[in-house]
Amino acid sequence: MTHTFFLGTSLAILLAVVISLYRVVMGPSIIDRIIAVNVIGTKTIAVIVLTGYLFERVEFFIDIAFLYALINFIGALAFSRYFEEKGVEHTGPTR
Amino acid sequence: MTFVAGGLVCAGVFFLLTGAIGLIRFPDFYTRMHAAGKCDTLGSLLVLIGLASHQGLDLASVKLVVIALFIFFTSPTATHAIARAAHRNRLPMWTHKDSA
Repeated sequence: MTHTFFLGTSLAILLAVVISLYRVVMGPSIIDRIIAVNVIGTKTIAVIVLTGYLFERVEFFIDIAFLYALINFIGALAFSRYFEEKGVEHTGPTR
Repeated sequence: MTFVAGGLVCAGVFFLLTGAIGLIRFPDFYTRMHAAGKCDTLGSLLVLIGLASHQGLDLASVKLVVIALFIFFTSPTATHAIARAAHRNRLPMWTHKDSA
């Protein structure tokens, strides 16, 4: 019962990841792609912890999730700083 | 699996899904960031707190609460940094004439 619940929850979050992936591919500017990748990374932390519950190795997977949170934060800051200095192209509609 | 843990995790998944739908449906970058930043923070927070309450009080649940606190502080910071990069580069905003 609990196993099925965690499996369904993981699949629902993966559906949200697939929906967000549309913005990564189609986003008009580079900033849209950065925010979509940041959102996917935050969802991935929850999926990693749920995977730990599915395989019954929670203590092991929680450390991986914490490292992933650190790398996601540093990556978002680095990308935003880099494109703040470099400039962002914006042509065409905002959608 | 208590009802509290299941309810918290289901609420978190609801917020994650609505955030993803807002990310593809809103018309310009700033409104998309409004959907992405807040829904994502609250959704991950609810999922992690729900799993911690499912776990009971031990080292794993303390680590889950630490991850939740870390996301609570860093996700708005990252969103703010990205929004500042967009604002400094004069990314165009959605106006009424675009809706026609």
